[in-house]
Amino acid sequence: MSKVRVLVGTRKGAFVLTSDGKREKWDVSGPHFAGWEIYHVKGSPADPNRLYASQSSGWFGQQIQRSKDGGATWEPMGNKFVYDGVPGTHQWYDGTPHPWEFKRVWHLEPSLSDPDKVYAGVEDAALFESTDAGQTWNELSGLRGHGTGPHWAPGAGGMCLHTIVIDPSNPQRMYVAISAAGAFRTDDAGKTWRPINHGLHSQHIPDPDAEVGHCVHRIAMHRSRPGTLFMQKHWDVMRSDNAGDSWQEVSGNLPTDFGFVIDVHAHEPETIYVVPIKSDSEHFPIDGKLSVYRSRSGGNEWERLTKGLPEKDCYVNVLRDAMAVDSLDKCGVYFGTTGGQVYASADSGDNWSPIVHDLPAVLSVEVQTLA
Amino acid sequence: MIRVILPAHLRTLGRTGSEITLDVKAPTIGGVLDAIEESYPTLQGAIRDHVTLQRRPFVRYFACEQDLSHEPLDFPLPGPVVAGAEPFLIVGAIAGGSF
Repeated sequence: MSKVRVLVGTRKGAFVLTSDGKREKWDVSGPHFAGWEIYHVKGSPADPNRLYASQSSGWFGQQIQRSKDGGATWEPMGNKFVYDGVPGTHQWYDGTPHPWEFKRVWHLEPSLSDPDKVYAGVEDAALFESTDAGQTWNELSGLRGHGTGPHWAPGAGGMCLHTIVIDPSNPQRMYVAISAAGAFRTDDAGKTWRPINHGLHSQHIPDPDAEVGHCVHRIAMHRSRPGTLFMQKHWDVMRSDNAGDSWQEVSGNLPTDFGFVIDVHAHEPETIYVVPIKSDSEHFPIDGKLSVYRSRSGGNEWERLTKGLPEKDCYVNVLRDAMAVDSLDKCGVYFGTTGGQVYASADSGDNWSPIVHDLPAVLSVEVQTLA
Repeated sequence: MIRVILPAHLRTLGRTGSEITLDVKAPTIGGVLDAIEESYPTLQGAIRDHVTLQRRPFVRYFACEQDLSHEPLDFPLPGPVVAGAEPFLIVGAIAGGSF
Protein backbone atom coordinates (compact mmCIF):
# COMPACT_ATOMS: atom_id res chain seq x y z
CA MET A 1 0.00 0.00 0.00
CA SER A 2 1.23 3.48 -0.73
CA LYS A 3 2.66 5.65 2.01
CA VAL A 4 3.16 9.35 2.40
CA ARG A 5 6.11 11.00 4.10
CA VAL A 6 5.84 14.72 4.91
CA LEU A 7 9.12 16.52 5.59
CA VAL A 8 8.67 19.61 7.74
CA GLY A 9 11.32 22.24 8.42
CA THR A 10 10.71 24.55 11.37
CA ARG A 11 12.41 27.30 13.35
CA LYS A 12 13.52 24.74 15.92
CA GLY A 13 14.08 21.48 14.12
CA ALA A 14 12.84 19.07 11.46
CA PHE A 15 9.91 16.70 11.72
CA VAL A 16 9.00 13.68 9.62
CA LEU A 17 5.30 12.84 9.43
CA THR A 18 4.27 9.51 7.93
CA SER A 19 0.97 7.89 7.09
CA ASP A 20 -0.47 5.19 4.91
CA GLY A 21 -2.34 6.06 1.74
CA LYS A 22 -5.51 6.87 3.63
CA ARG A 23 -3.75 9.82 5.23
CA GLU A 24 -5.87 9.66 8.35
CA LYS A 25 -3.44 8.53 11.07
CA TRP A 26 0.02 10.01 11.29
CA ASP A 27 3.26 9.14 13.05
CA VAL A 28 5.40 12.10 14.03
CA SER A 29 9.19 11.79 14.26
CA GLY A 30 11.31 14.63 15.60
CA PRO A 31 12.56 17.11 16.37
CA HIS A 32 15.60 16.25 14.32
CA PHE A 33 18.40 18.82 14.81
CA ALA A 34 16.52 20.22 17.79
CA GLY A 35 16.99 23.92 18.35
CA TRP A 36 18.33 24.63 14.85
CA GLU A 37 16.46 26.41 12.08
CA ILE A 38 15.62 23.94 9.33
CA TYR A 39 14.85 25.97 6.26
CA HIS A 40 14.22 22.99 3.99
CA VAL A 41 14.18 19.19 3.84
CA LYS A 42 13.71 17.40 0.55
CA GLY A 43 14.02 13.86 -0.78
CA SER A 44 15.62 12.66 -3.98
CA PRO A 45 13.12 11.63 -6.66
CA ALA A 46 15.67 9.02 -7.76
CA ASP A 47 16.04 7.48 -4.28
CA PRO A 48 13.26 8.41 -1.86
CA ASN A 49 15.26 7.35 1.17
CA ARG A 50 17.93 9.90 0.32
CA LEU A 51 17.02 13.13 2.08
CA TYR A 52 18.85 16.43 2.33
CA ALA A 53 18.27 19.04 5.04
CA SER A 54 19.43 22.61 5.43
CA GLN A 55 20.26 23.27 9.09
CA SER A 56 21.34 26.70 10.29
CA SER A 57 21.59 28.88 13.34
CA GLY A 58 22.38 32.45 14.17
CA TRP A 59 25.20 31.22 16.37
CA PHE A 60 26.85 28.46 14.40
CA GLY A 61 26.01 29.06 10.75
CA GLN A 62 25.11 26.60 8.05
CA GLN A 63 25.13 22.81 8.09
CA ILE A 64 23.93 20.34 5.47
CA GLN A 65 22.59 17.00 6.67
CA ARG A 66 22.00 13.88 4.61
CA SER A 67 19.94 10.81 5.38
CA LYS A 68 20.13 7.50 3.54
CA ASP A 69 17.24 5.89 5.39
CA GLY A 70 14.31 8.21 4.97
CA GLY A 71 15.17 10.42 7.93
CA ALA A 72 15.79 7.79 10.61
CA THR A 73 19.47 8.72 10.83
CA TRP A 74 21.45 11.67 9.51
CA GLU A 75 25.05 12.63 8.90
CA PRO A 76 26.56 16.11 8.52
CA MET A 77 27.91 16.85 5.07
CA GLY A 78 29.97 19.74 3.69
CA ASN A 79 29.08 23.28 4.65
CA LYS A 80 31.69 25.25 2.73
CA PHE A 81 29.77 27.62 0.46
CA VAL A 82 32.28 29.98 -1.12
CA TYR A 83 31.30 32.32 -3.93
CA ASP A 84 33.20 31.89 -7.15
CA GLY A 85 35.77 34.63 -7.70
CA VAL A 86 35.39 38.14 -6.31
CA PRO A 87 31.85 38.28 -4.91
CA GLY A 88 31.15 41.89 -5.90
CA THR A 89 28.16 43.85 -4.69
CA HIS A 90 24.39 43.87 -4.91
CA GLN A 91 22.02 46.62 -3.79
CA TRP A 92 21.34 47.05 -0.10
CA TYR A 93 17.84 47.92 1.18
CA ASP A 94 18.49 51.61 0.51
CA GLY A 95 19.91 51.06 -2.97
CA THR A 96 23.56 51.45 -2.01
CA PRO A 97 26.12 48.79 -3.01
CA HIS A 98 26.61 45.99 -0.48
CA PRO A 99 29.06 43.09 -0.68
CA TRP A 100 27.75 39.58 -1.28
CA GLU A 101 27.88 37.61 2.01
CA PHE A 102 26.82 34.00 2.48
CA LYS A 103 24.21 33.59 5.20
CA ARG A 104 22.28 30.35 4.80
CA VAL A 105 20.78 27.76 2.46
CA TRP A 106 17.09 28.37 1.84
CA HIS A 107 16.29 25.55 -0.54
CA LEU A 108 17.75 22.19 -1.53
CA GLU A 109 16.64 20.68 -4.83
CA PRO A 110 17.84 17.14 -5.53
CA SER A 111 18.40 16.10 -9.14
CA LEU A 112 15.52 14.23 -10.73
CA SER A 113 17.80 11.36 -11.75
CA ASP A 114 20.94 11.27 -9.60
CA PRO A 115 20.64 10.91 -5.80
CA ASP A 116 24.15 12.32 -5.32
CA LYS A 117 23.43 15.52 -7.20
CA VAL A 118 21.69 18.37 -5.41
CA TYR A 119 21.33 22.12 -5.89
CA ALA A 120 21.31 24.67 -3.09
CA GLY A 121 19.71 28.09 -3.28
CA VAL A 122 21.39 30.42 -0.81
CA GLU A 123 21.27 33.87 0.78
CA ASP A 124 22.91 36.14 -0.40
CA ALA A 125 21.42 34.89 -3.62
CA ALA A 126 23.40 32.32 -5.53
CA LEU A 127 23.04 28.78 -6.80
CA PHE A 128 25.39 26.02 -5.70
CA GLU A 129 25.68 22.45 -6.94
CA SER A 130 26.99 19.29 -5.30
CA THR A 131 27.67 16.12 -7.26
CA ASP A 132 28.95 14.11 -4.30
CA ALA A 133 25.86 13.97 -2.12
CA GLY A 134 26.51 17.25 -0.37
CA GLN A 135 30.14 16.81 0.60
CA THR A 136 31.44 19.64 -1.58
CA TRP A 137 29.67 22.60 -3.18
CA ASN A 138 30.50 24.69 -6.22
CA GLU A 139 28.76 27.85 -7.28
CA LEU A 140 27.04 27.97 -10.67
CA SER A 141 28.30 31.49 -10.96
CA GLY A 142 26.84 32.21 -14.38
CA LEU A 143 23.65 33.17 -12.57
CA ARG A 144 25.10 35.70 -10.15
CA GLY A 145 27.57 36.97 -12.70
CA HIS A 146 25.39 37.22 -15.79
CA GLY A 147 25.16 41.02 -15.51
CA THR A 148 22.13 42.10 -13.48
CA GLY A 149 23.49 40.99 -10.09
CA PRO A 150 24.54 44.50 -8.97
CA HIS A 151 20.85 45.52 -9.26
CA TRP A 152 19.43 42.73 -7.09
CA ALA A 153 18.21 43.77 -3.64
CA PRO A 154 17.02 41.95 -0.53
CA GLY A 155 13.37 41.38 0.23
CA ALA A 156 12.16 41.51 3.81
CA GLY A 157 13.49 37.99 4.41
CA GLY A 158 16.89 38.74 2.96
CA MET A 159 18.28 38.37 -0.55
CA CYS A 160 17.57 34.71 -1.00
CA LEU A 161 17.44 32.23 -3.85
CA HIS A 162 14.47 30.26 -2.60
CA THR A 163 13.00 28.44 -5.59
CA ILE A 164 14.66 25.90 -7.90
CA VAL A 165 12.52 24.17 -10.52
CA ILE A 166 14.05 21.52 -12.79
CA ASP A 167 12.41 20.82 -16.15
CA PRO A 168 11.68 17.07 -16.22
CA SER A 169 11.60 17.02 -20.02
CA ASN A 170 14.85 18.87 -20.59
CA PRO A 171 17.80 18.34 -18.23
CA GLN A 172 19.46 21.46 -19.63
CA ARG A 173 16.62 23.72 -18.45
CA MET A 174 16.12 24.97 -14.91
CA TYR A 175 14.38 27.94 -13.29
CA VAL A 176 15.25 29.81 -10.11
CA ALA A 177 13.62 32.69 -8.27
CA ILE A 178 15.22 35.31 -6.07
CA SER A 179 13.76 37.87 -3.68
CA ALA A 180 14.02 40.55 -4.77
CA ALA A 181 15.47 40.08 -8.21
CA GLY A 182 12.97 37.93 -10.06
CA ALA A 183 12.93 34.72 -12.05
CA PHE A 184 15.79 33.36 -14.14
CA ARG A 185 16.19 30.48 -16.59
CA THR A 186 19.09 28.44 -17.83
CA ASP A 187 18.98 26.35 -21.01
CA ASP A 188 22.47 24.92 -20.66
CA ALA A 189 22.40 23.16 -17.28
CA GLY A 190 23.33 26.24 -15.29
CA LYS A 191 26.23 27.67 -17.25
CA THR A 192 24.38 30.75 -18.49
CA TRP A 193 21.22 32.44 -17.28
CA ARG A 194 18.84 35.16 -18.29
CA PRO A 195 16.10 37.04 -16.47
CA ILE A 196 12.55 35.97 -17.38
CA ASN A 197 10.49 38.75 -15.87
CA HIS A 198 8.67 40.26 -18.84
CA GLY A 199 5.11 41.03 -17.79
CA LEU A 200 5.84 41.39 -14.07
CA HIS A 201 4.86 44.74 -12.60
CA SER A 202 6.21 45.77 -9.18
CA GLN A 203 5.62 49.15 -7.61
CA HIS A 204 8.39 48.86 -5.03
CA ILE A 205 11.05 49.51 -7.67
CA PRO A 206 11.69 52.76 -9.55
CA ASP A 207 10.74 51.22 -12.91
CA PRO A 208 7.82 48.87 -12.17
CA ASP A 209 8.51 46.91 -15.36
CA ALA A 210 12.28 46.62 -14.92
CA GLU A 211 14.18 43.57 -16.12
CA VAL A 212 15.09 42.65 -12.51
CA GLY A 213 14.11 43.79 -9.02
CA HIS A 214 10.84 41.87 -8.71
CA CYS A 215 10.06 40.08 -5.47
CA VAL A 216 9.03 36.65 -6.72
CA HIS A 217 7.88 34.49 -3.81
CA ARG A 218 7.41 31.11 -5.44
CA ILE A 219 7.19 29.33 -8.81
CA ALA A 220 5.41 26.02 -9.43
CA MET A 221 5.25 23.69 -12.43
CA HIS A 222 3.33 20.56 -13.35
CA ARG A 223 5.72 17.95 -14.68
CA SER A 224 3.47 17.13 -17.63
CA ARG A 225 3.56 20.76 -18.84
CA PRO A 226 7.03 22.06 -18.11
CA GLY A 227 6.54 25.13 -20.28
CA THR A 228 3.74 26.40 -18.07
CA LEU A 229 4.79 28.11 -14.87
CA PHE A 230 2.71 29.57 -12.06
CA MET A 231 4.08 32.32 -9.84
CA GLN A 232 3.08 33.89 -6.55
CA LYS A 233 4.77 37.26 -6.68
CA HIS A 234 4.92 39.64 -3.70
CA TRP A 235 1.63 40.96 -5.02
CA ASP A 236 0.00 39.25 -8.05
CA VAL A 237 -0.47 35.64 -9.08
CA MET A 238 1.01 35.12 -12.54
CA ARG A 239 1.31 32.42 -15.19
CA SER A 240 3.54 31.85 -18.17
CA ASP A 241 2.88 29.46 -21.03
CA ASN A 242 6.20 29.98 -22.77
CA ALA A 243 8.75 28.90 -20.15
CA GLY A 244 8.83 32.31 -18.54
CA ASP A 245 9.42 34.39 -21.66
CA SER A 246 6.32 36.39 -20.72
CA TRP A 247 3.87 36.42 -17.82
CA GLN A 248 0.18 37.26 -17.45
CA GLU A 249 -1.63 38.06 -14.24
CA VAL A 250 -4.23 35.47 -13.16
CA SER A 251 -5.16 36.87 -9.75
CA GLY A 252 -8.78 37.14 -10.90
CA ASN A 253 -11.26 37.13 -8.02
CA LEU A 254 -8.78 36.48 -5.20
CA PRO A 255 -9.60 38.67 -2.18
CA THR A 256 -5.94 39.67 -2.02
CA ASP A 257 -3.22 38.59 -4.39
CA PHE A 258 -0.43 38.91 -1.83
CA GLY A 259 0.91 35.59 -0.59
CA PHE A 260 3.87 33.27 -0.54
CA VAL A 261 2.98 29.73 -1.61
CA ILE A 262 1.66 28.37 -4.89
CA ASP A 263 1.42 24.76 -6.04
CA VAL A 264 -0.13 22.60 -8.76
CA HIS A 265 -2.40 19.56 -8.35
CA ALA A 266 -0.50 16.32 -9.03
CA HIS A 267 -2.88 15.09 -11.74
CA GLU A 268 -4.60 18.24 -13.02
CA PRO A 269 -2.11 20.69 -14.52
CA GLU A 270 -4.62 23.53 -14.58
CA THR A 271 -5.60 23.14 -10.91
CA ILE A 272 -3.54 25.41 -8.71
CA TYR A 273 -3.54 26.46 -5.06
CA VAL A 274 -2.58 29.64 -3.20
CA VAL A 275 -3.04 30.90 0.35
CA PRO A 276 -3.91 34.61 0.17
CA ILE A 277 -2.30 36.76 2.85
CA LYS A 278 -3.76 40.16 3.68
CA SER A 279 -0.86 42.39 2.63
CA ASP A 280 2.87 42.93 2.71
CA SER A 281 2.51 44.78 6.01
CA GLU A 282 -0.01 42.39 7.59
CA HIS A 283 1.23 38.84 7.09
CA PHE A 284 -1.90 36.95 8.10
CA PRO A 285 -5.17 35.85 6.51
CA ILE A 286 -7.93 38.38 5.91
CA ASP A 287 -10.29 38.72 8.90
CA GLY A 288 -8.51 35.91 10.76
CA LYS A 289 -9.95 33.27 8.41
CA LEU A 290 -7.37 30.85 7.07
CA SER A 291 -8.35 29.84 3.54
CA VAL A 292 -6.81 28.03 0.63
CA TYR A 293 -7.93 29.20 -2.78
CA ARG A 294 -8.11 26.74 -5.67
CA SER A 295 -8.40 27.49 -9.34
CA ARG A 296 -9.37 24.68 -11.70
CA SER A 297 -8.82 26.89 -14.72
CA GLY A 298 -5.17 27.75 -14.30
CA GLY A 299 -6.00 31.02 -12.59
CA ASN A 300 -8.45 33.94 -12.79
CA GLU A 301 -11.38 31.96 -11.35
CA TRP A 302 -10.77 30.97 -7.75
CA GLU A 303 -12.85 29.12 -5.15
CA ARG A 304 -12.36 29.48 -1.42
CA LEU A 305 -11.63 26.25 0.49
CA THR A 306 -12.39 26.41 4.20
CA LYS A 307 -13.67 23.06 5.46
CA GLY A 308 -11.56 22.14 8.46
CA LEU A 309 -9.53 25.34 8.47
CA PRO A 310 -9.82 27.94 11.24
CA GLU A 311 -12.56 30.43 10.44
CA LYS A 312 -11.83 32.98 13.13
CA ASP A 313 -8.95 34.45 15.14
CA CYS A 314 -6.28 32.91 12.93
CA TYR A 315 -3.31 35.22 12.37
CA VAL A 316 -0.61 32.91 11.07
CA ASN A 317 1.41 33.11 7.87
CA VAL A 318 2.19 30.41 5.32
CA LEU A 319 5.76 30.83 4.10
CA ARG A 320 6.96 30.31 0.55
CA ASP A 321 8.32 26.76 0.84
CA ALA A 322 5.50 25.52 3.06
CA MET A 323 3.06 23.94 0.59
CA ALA A 324 3.34 20.63 -1.26
CA VAL A 325 1.22 17.95 -2.92
CA ASP A 326 1.38 14.16 -2.95
CA SER A 327 0.70 12.08 -6.05
CA LEU A 328 -1.92 9.72 -4.66
CA ASP A 329 -5.39 9.54 -6.13
CA LYS A 330 -7.00 11.72 -4.81
CA CYS A 331 -4.23 14.25 -4.69
CA GLY A 332 -3.18 15.27 -1.19
CA VAL A 333 -2.38 18.91 -0.48
CA TYR A 334 -0.35 20.04 2.54
CA PHE A 335 0.73 23.34 4.05
CA GLY A 336 2.39 24.52 7.24
CA THR A 337 1.93 27.73 9.19
CA THR A 338 4.02 30.02 11.32
CA GLY A 339 1.73 28.93 14.17
CA GLY A 340 3.12 25.40 13.98
CA GLN A 341 0.22 23.64 12.33
CA VAL A 342 0.56 21.35 9.31
CA TYR A 343 -2.77 20.99 7.53
CA ALA A 344 -3.51 18.18 5.11
CA SER A 345 -6.27 17.53 2.63
CA ALA A 346 -6.63 14.02 1.20
CA ASP A 347 -9.20 15.12 -1.37
CA SER A 348 -7.57 17.86 -3.43
CA GLY A 349 -8.45 20.60 -0.96
CA ASP A 350 -12.15 19.97 -0.33
CA ASN A 351 -11.59 19.01 3.33
CA TRP A 352 -8.72 19.83 5.63
CA SER A 353 -7.47 18.64 9.01
CA PRO A 354 -4.33 19.33 11.00
CA ILE A 355 -1.72 16.58 11.17
CA VAL A 356 0.04 18.43 13.99
CA HIS A 357 -1.01 21.51 15.95
CA ASP A 358 1.91 22.76 17.94
CA LEU A 359 5.22 22.55 16.12
CA PRO A 360 7.59 25.52 16.04
CA ALA A 361 6.92 27.96 13.20
CA VAL A 362 6.92 26.00 9.96
CA LEU A 363 9.40 27.12 7.31
CA SER A 364 8.95 24.38 4.73
CA VAL A 365 6.81 21.39 3.82
CA GLU A 366 7.70 18.72 1.27
CA VAL A 367 5.87 15.49 0.53
CA GLN A 368 7.08 12.13 -0.71
CA THR A 369 4.67 9.55 -2.11
CA LEU A 370 6.17 6.14 -1.42
CA ALA A 371 5.28 2.83 -3.03
CA MET B 1 46.39 18.34 26.91
CA ILE B 2 44.08 21.32 26.66
CA ARG B 3 40.51 21.09 27.85
CA VAL B 4 37.73 22.71 25.81
CA ILE B 5 34.08 23.12 26.73
CA LEU B 6 31.74 23.45 23.76
CA PRO B 7 28.20 24.84 23.68
CA ALA B 8 25.39 22.31 23.57
CA HIS B 9 24.64 22.59 19.85
CA LEU B 10 28.26 21.99 18.90
CA ARG B 11 28.47 18.97 21.20
CA THR B 12 25.54 17.50 19.31
CA LEU B 13 26.96 18.41 15.93
CA GLY B 14 30.43 17.13 16.77
CA ARG B 15 29.07 14.11 18.67
CA THR B 16 31.26 14.96 21.66
CA GLY B 17 30.84 14.88 25.40
CA SER B 18 30.52 18.02 27.50
CA GLU B 19 34.30 18.52 27.59
CA ILE B 20 36.92 17.54 25.05
CA THR B 21 40.67 17.30 25.47
CA LEU B 22 43.02 18.15 22.68
CA ASP B 23 46.68 17.88 21.87
CA VAL B 24 47.37 21.44 20.70
CA LYS B 25 50.51 22.13 18.65
CA ALA B 26 50.63 25.89 19.30
CA PRO B 27 49.25 27.09 22.70
CA THR B 28 47.29 29.94 21.16
CA ILE B 29 43.64 30.66 20.40
CA GLY B 30 44.23 29.74 16.78
CA GLY B 31 46.03 26.57 17.85
CA VAL B 32 43.03 25.44 19.89
CA LEU B 33 40.63 26.16 17.03
CA ASP B 34 42.86 24.33 14.55
CA ALA B 35 42.94 21.29 16.84
CA ILE B 36 39.16 21.31 17.30
CA GLU B 37 38.55 21.46 13.57
CA GLU B 38 41.11 18.74 12.88
CA SER B 39 39.64 16.38 15.47
CA TYR B 40 36.01 17.22 14.74
CA PRO B 41 35.70 18.15 11.04
CA THR B 42 31.95 18.65 11.29
CA LEU B 43 32.66 21.72 13.42
CA GLN B 44 34.52 23.42 10.57
CA GLY B 45 32.68 26.60 9.73
CA ALA B 46 30.54 26.47 12.87
CA ILE B 47 32.91 28.42 15.14
CA ARG B 48 34.66 30.58 12.56
CA ASP B 49 34.40 31.24 8.85
CA HIS B 50 35.99 28.63 6.58
CA VAL B 51 37.90 31.14 4.52
CA THR B 52 38.48 34.30 6.55
CA LEU B 53 38.87 32.42 9.87
CA GLN B 54 36.87 35.23 11.47
CA ARG B 55 35.00 34.22 14.63
CA ARG B 56 31.29 33.90 13.99
CA PRO B 57 29.59 36.99 15.42
CA PHE B 58 27.55 35.17 18.07
CA VAL B 59 30.40 32.96 19.31
CA ARG B 60 32.67 34.01 22.16
CA TYR B 61 35.86 32.64 23.72
CA PHE B 62 36.37 32.73 27.50
CA ALA B 63 39.16 31.41 29.71
CA CYS B 64 40.18 32.04 33.31
CA GLU B 65 37.34 34.55 33.67
CA GLN B 66 38.69 36.60 30.78
CA ASP B 67 36.94 37.40 27.50
CA LEU B 68 39.35 36.38 24.73
CA SER B 69 36.83 36.83 21.92
CA HIS B 70 38.54 39.83 20.39
CA GLU B 71 42.11 38.66 20.73
CA PRO B 72 44.09 37.67 17.61
CA LEU B 73 44.51 34.03 16.63
CA ASP B 74 48.13 34.04 17.78
CA PHE B 75 47.19 35.25 21.26
CA PRO B 76 48.80 32.93 23.84
CA LEU B 77 46.48 30.88 25.99
CA PRO B 78 46.57 31.61 29.75
CA GLY B 79 48.96 29.42 31.71
CA PRO B 80 46.26 27.47 33.59
CA VAL B 81 44.62 26.55 30.26
CA VAL B 82 47.93 25.36 28.84
CA ALA B 83 48.51 23.35 32.03
CA GLY B 84 45.07 21.75 31.77
CA ALA B 85 43.92 23.23 35.08
CA GLU B 86 41.31 25.47 33.48
CA PRO B 87 39.20 24.89 30.33
CA PHE B 88 38.98 27.05 27.23
CA LEU B 89 35.29 27.87 26.83
CA ILE B 90 33.51 28.38 23.51
CA VAL B 91 30.21 30.04 24.28
CA GLY B 92 27.16 30.98 22.24
CA ALA B 93 26.42 34.64 22.95
CA ILE B 94 23.27 35.16 24.97
CA ALA B 95 21.97 37.49 22.26
CA GLY B 96 22.51 35.08 19.41
CA GLY B 97 20.25 32.82 17.43
CA SER B 98 16.61 33.49 16.78
CA PHE B 99 13.33 33.32 18.60
